[in-house]
Amino acid sequence: MEKLKETSRSKKQESIAPKMSGAQAVVYSLIQEGVDLIFGYPGGAIMPVYDALYDVEDKLKHILVRHEQGATHAAQGYARASGRVGVCLATSGPGATNLITGIADAQIDSTPMVCITGQVASSLLGTDAFQETDVIGISMPVTKWNFQVTRAEEIPQAIAKAFYIAKSGKPGPVLVDITKDAQFGTLDFKYKPFKGLRSYVPTPSLDFNKITAAAKMINAASRPLVLFGQGVILAEAEAEFKAFIEKADLPAAWTILGLSALDSDHYLNVGMLGMHGNYAPNKLTNKCDVLIAVGMRFDDRITGDLSRYAKQAKVIHLDIDPAEIDKNVKTDVAVLGDAKVSLEALTKCIEAKENKSWIHEFRKLEFEEYEVVINEELNPSVDELSMGEVIRSINDQTNGDSIIVTDVGQHQMVSCRYAKFKGSSKSMITSGGLGTMGFCLPAAIGAKMAVPNKQVIGIIGDGGFQMTIQELGTIFQTKIPVKIVVLNNEFLGMVRQWQELFFDKRYASTTMVNPDFQKIVEGYSIESRKVTDRRDLNGAVGEMLAHEGAYFLEVKVAKENNVFPMVPTGASVSEIRLK
Amino acid sequence: MKKRYTISVFTEDIVGLLNRVTIVFTRRKINIESIAASDSEVQNIHRYTIVVNETEDLVKKVTLQLDKQVEVIKAVYHVDQEIIYQEIALFKVLTDILMQGGEAEHIVRAHHARVLSVEPEFTVIEKTGHKEETQHLFDELEPFGILEFVRSGRVAITKPMRTLTSIVNELENTY
Repeated sequence: MEKLKETSRSKKQESIAPKMSGAQAVVYSLIQEGVDLIFGYPGGAIMPVYDALYDVEDKLKHILVRHEQGATHAAQGYARASGRVGVCLATSGPGATNLITGIADAQIDSTPMVCITGQVASSLLGTDAFQETDVIGISMPVTKWNFQVTRAEEIPQAIAKAFYIAKSGKPGPVLVDITKDAQFGTLDFKYKPFKGLRSYVPTPSLDFNKITAAAKMINAASRPLVLFGQGVILAEAEAEFKAFIEKADLPAAWTILGLSALDSDHYLNVGMLGMHGNYAPNKLTNKCDVLIAVGMRFDDRITGDLSRYAKQAKVIHLDIDPAEIDKNVKTDVAVLGDAKVSLEALTKCIEAKENKSWIHEFRKLEFEEYEVVINEELNPSVDELSMGEVIRSINDQTNGDSIIVTDVGQHQMVSCRYAKFKGSSKSMITSGGLGTMGFCLPAAIGAKMAVPNKQVIGIIGDGGFQMTIQELGTIFQTKIPVKIVVLNNEFLGMVRQWQELFFDKRYASTTMVNPDFQKIVEGYSIESRKVTDRRDLNGAVGEMLAHEGAYFLEVKVAKENNVFPMVPTGASVSEIRLK
Repeated sequence: MKKRYTISVFTEDIVGLLNRVTIVFTRRKINIESIAASDSEVQNIHRYTIVVNETEDLVKKVTLQLDKQVEVIKAVYHVDQEIIYQEIALFKVLTDILMQGGEAEHIVRAHHARVLSVEPEFTVIEKTGHKEETQHLFDELEPFGILEFVRSGRVAITKPMRTLTSIVNELENTY
């Protein structure tokens, strides 16, 4: 039987060690980590931990979700809005397997999350016991780290290690599987925060030669372009990033996970990258002379055809993860390290200058996009409502100071394109890498619990809403005042758009025959309104925002609108289509 | 261009870590030609020696993704010229074919193979060497009938002089 290694270097004074059960040790370890809220669902193999939770409800609040997937997305929403570790709890077997989608989502979007699962007794492992599943094996490809605990005395250190790994370096999800006999066993409880492992370098140290080389390249650039991602948010480097781009007058474009790190109206914010991003940054990616990527990983939805991506440019890549360097785009200078530290050092070494005529090129393309796409999306000339005008109405009435959570699909792209943010990082919570439909409703619940004093608005399509619609029960039970906006086009819109453009309008299984959503939310005592006429939109959004409790707003939008611009699959970013 | 690379992965001694290591290959649908797991010269540090036939670009990315695993201490890759490597093969043949005093016995001698065990019915022959060498012996013995054959994964010692101990010391001083 393996043991967790003693890796703490400083021998701290050990306080008195009360005797307790493994289950109690789980709960007290969480409290020691500063956790006050967890999301979960009970079941046979995790019952001892639930029993221990019953005694500490005042210190450690448990939110009963309606499906374990909901627990993971709620924990993700909580983590993304707060910067803290999200925690979920589930039983063995189906409870554990239901976590997998959320864990995979957290892995690809680098969200710190600790999942604790119950497991059958260690004597039954491998015997196909009731509700036994090899969750360690199943979760291995989608966790940053996982571990099975089979003895009570391993629990405190396993949990300490889990939190350390989840939040350090490039964050990610970890899973600790605890057999039922370990939960029932007893131990002398001593808790020591984890200090590190020799095999794990969370943050590479900064190489000043790279900083100098990068600065030299930036100083020599006449058409620089910065691409930034969630790395800026995870490193809490928003101020350093702003100082960096302002000093050398660097136009900066964002990935959807980097959105909200820089004010939408900042003069150097040149918009969204990628498949449905803005015209200017996509076009000019293939015209810039130096491309500076900060905390982003050149996802295929950003780059389009890699063989025709920024080939003319020198590439500087700032990232915390060595495995991201040269993974997709060949880098000329790689600066490893935490974005906050790297940016601060780099800003000192770059020269102040202006790039007026280069920035003017962005403005010209922005104008073109406004004329062809944006104006019609925000101010439609037809009777049918557009998704964009709903977002505009929310912008107008929240001044960019709310947290926007989205699901996946057309409404997500529209929300990312048009939602405005001002002075409020960590305010766009969306499933980027995995593209998980059903993410929004539970993630919005988690986000609201993390930041209760902020307006949290979940924007969902009619398809994704029904994927985790059961979490309305969580809203009902907790009375959490989230605002839910369903943009209903009675289609799986993004798939339908692709069918229209690339599959001869053969709308295979994308038509949604929907129930009366208002009747459903009424069952959960959630206030609601449905808008079918433009004249009611602003009033309804206002009513939603002013309402104290949870609120459901359904907006009937045009059935067959498409999201443009678009970089079709296989095309180069500069081949972005405006229509 | 695809080439043969030997990837050495040094890890903590933990259950399930081999799975984490192989997942990195499985995800990219890379066939592992051979794999050997063993101790290293440092207590509690395991090493996996993995042989693949791939492009250097891909091997480099895979090595970085292996290195990224929390409990992987270090992952490195080498071409054949940078390592000293060896494999071992065992052959089970009928004792009779060696008794006839003829060609089979001559082949075994010529290959400097070792006879490990002689039973009335069968004999087990051991040959260590590069895959080409053990394969050559296999090809020559095949006409006489091979009852059973097994070849180990490649084990390899690297030529560069940087020791695992120095890498571990450096890591232990930085975290």
